Amino acid sequence: MNNPEIKACPVIAKHIKVALVGQPNVGKSMLINSVSNAHLHVGNFSGVTVDKTEVLFDYKDYNFTVVDLPGTYAFTDYTIEERVTKDYLCAEEYDIIINVVDSTNLTKNLQLTSELLTMSKKIVIALNMSDEADKEGISVNAKYMSKLLGVSCVKVSAVTKLGIEELINTVIKVYERPKLAPKLIFSEPVEEEIARIVWYLDKHKYESINSYRNIAINLLKSNKKTYEKLHDNPIWIELQPILIEASRHIELHHDSDDIKEAFAEEYASFNRGIVTEVVKQKKQEVKITATEKIDAVLIHPIAGIPIFLFFMWSLFQLTFEVGAIPMEYIDMFFGWFGDTIGATIANDDIRSLIVDGIIAGVGAVVLFVPNIIILFIGIALLESTGYMSRVAFLLDGFFHKFGLHGQSFIPLVTGFGCSIPAYMSARILKNDRDRLLTLFIIGFMSCGARLPVYVLFAGAFFGPEMAGNVLFIIYISGAMIGVIAAKVLKMTAFKGVEEPFVMEMPKYRLPSAKLIWHTVLTKTMMYLKKAGTFIAGASMLIWFLSNYPHNAILEEQYNAKIENAQNNSEKVTLTNERASALLEQSYLGTIGKFSEPIFTPLGFDWKMSVALQAGLAAKEVVVSTLGVLYSLGSDVDEENNSLVNAISKNISLPSAIAFIVVIMVYLPCLAASVVFTREAGGIKYFFYLLGFTSIVAYSLAFIAYNLAKILI
Amino acid sequence: MKKLIECEIGEVVQVVKLNAKDELKQRLISFGIMKQAQVEILELAPRKKTIEIKIGKMRLALRAQEAELIEVRDCE
Repeated sequence: MNNPEIKACPVIAKHIKVALVGQPNVGKSMLINSVSNAHLHVGNFSGVTVDKTEVLFDYKDYNFTVVDLPGTYAFTDYTIEERVTKDYLCAEEYDIIINVVDSTNLTKNLQLTSELLTMSKKIVIALNMSDEADKEGISVNAKYMSKLLGVSCVKVSAVTKLGIEELINTVIKVYERPKLAPKLIFSEPVEEEIARIVWYLDKHKYESINSYRNIAINLLKSNKKTYEKLHDNPIWIELQPILIEASRHIELHHDSDDIKEAFAEEYASFNRGIVTEVVKQKKQEVKITATEKIDAVLIHPIAGIPIFLFFMWSLFQLTFEVGAIPMEYIDMFFGWFGDTIGATIANDDIRSLIVDGIIAGVGAVVLFVPNIIILFIGIALLESTGYMSRVAFLLDGFFHKFGLHGQSFIPLVTGFGCSIPAYMSARILKNDRDRLLTLFIIGFMSCGARLPVYVLFAGAFFGPEMAGNVLFIIYISGAMIGVIAAKVLKMTAFKGVEEPFVMEMPKYRLPSAKLIWHTVLTKTMMYLKKAGTFIAGASMLIWFLSNYPHNAILEEQYNAKIENAQNNSEKVTLTNERASALLEQSYLGTIGKFSEPIFTPLGFDWKMSVALQAGLAAKEVVVSTLGVLYSLGSDVDEENNSLVNAISKNISLPSAIAFIVVIMVYLPCLAASVVFTREAGGIKYFFYLLGFTSIVAYSLAFIAYNLAKILI
Repeated sequence: MKKLIECEIGEVVQVVKLNAKDELKQRLISFGIMKQAQVEILELAPRKKTIEIKIGKMRLALRAQEAELIEVRDCE
């Protein structure tokens, strides 16, 4: 297939665009991989966070573009995958559909196939997993099936690469010949009604690209788009009463009050008929499949959850311990890089901009990459082996009480390490509402960057023995507030009809290393590209706000004092004081002082306000900003005794408690917020989050402050 | 006529009626859970909050409240 000599001439080559459609877990991705090793484009469908993969390759004298559409069971309007696929198939330009089908489960897969047949497009059916079908003693008569359906069917196996060439050849054949009408026949009552409508359309010479038969079927199925198109047409006056009668007639025949259910049953009998004719199953003793054996252990009512917790613990250990190693190097590299470049720049301002602004900003982005890669490999493994659905099965009972989904567990727990990969991993939730709610709650799981602040304050106000417990209380409270917030949001902003949980538990499969690596790589690249630009930009903004305006007079005053300093320690003290004074009068400092009145009810002074707002950029910055403001320089960390002392002397316990509450609850750092916005699908969600976290943080801190004042 | 949630592990039953509405109903149908479909109860999660059934070759997980809406009868 990939013979380098056979390359289609770009000038005269003809182009075939293929839409690849199939239910989830049928091996579409495997197929697309086995068709071509080269030229894989991955992107997003516009406006949604659903991945779109395109493959380009050449064969004979054709250029092929294959678009891999999201897996969908049927064409309802409910999940985002179904909508994206349906919209693409109805509205976009393409030449032919390849419907990938799991040969071992034809009855199920034909549900989608039969709907595709109503689409008036050229189709080829790829009977995938033929190797597994052989193993299970299932034989599918592809030739007879092609005859019965009126659509070419080709046996393939993405794993063994069997039939791939035949598939492409068939696609070319079907492309080159005129379209044939598929032979889907319904039951008598339905065919009667179809005939009646077709007669009307014919009588009025209704103009359309789609065949009258397909329009009739769509009308009877209450297809929204078809209804809209015909609604404005004068023919509607005659058609509408006919349609109402027809629906009633069909529903009666099926003993139902739901035309969609009636049609589902129609398709189901048609599919059953096909399967009976075309599939022969060799009698096999009922063996307990491997899946069942594994499930007996993994979703065991008692052992299931502990086993899962163990897997999760291992994954996180790996992510944060193994991930920490490259992180150190990345940190060192950017530090070195900044210093080296900085040494070559004479102009102070430009040097500061480039080193402290740009390089530091970009470094902060790249720093997360090892964590993200490892976490994503873990998640991809969980998903592609099929274990993820078992997780949802075990945990949904508990999570659902709070309006969350069993699969919310992984993003939420990831949030305890870092919100960024947590937001990205929320994609495993297929339902929009579940995913969005989870995204909103992730921020309550205190990320690793908040730890220094907690440690600093805990250390300042409680002895070493108590400090550990205080830390634990802080983390647990954060999680509990999160869970309560989920319940509240579920009853207010996310109120409405619940989305169904009903979910397939696929057979366990050995994941393909190539596929996993591919998925992880593309996700990481997207993170670097999109988030990176925003984060770098925002870091520069913060840098600017904290370094300007320059105050030449102030600097001179201090520089003079430093020159006259008696000894080194006095020099250091003065240098730190200079930093503090400059920060105080910078834009950031001014904003902090200006906003002080807002925070007074919470017991914060202007220094705490400034640190809090600096923390919007990155939580680690809170400690170093406090350090600078208390004239201890920016190199202090949470263990520094002078800082601890400064805190305990200058801040009251109630204020400290309120401060911690705000840190626990308010907006995650800028980098995370950018990723949140992208995953949630719009800037308006960011503002909702901003409003939500700010209100909750403020109210809780206010209560905490006043309560503490009374009790302590 | 009993509900799916009332069944025990190992029981094989036939679907008689779907009392679900709109989206949930469509979802159930898209998985093949409709009149005359045969299902087997495989597993129950702790506290019966979630159940796993087998329909055709597929294994499905449902919430208890969803299984509440599916009427079934025993298979002979």
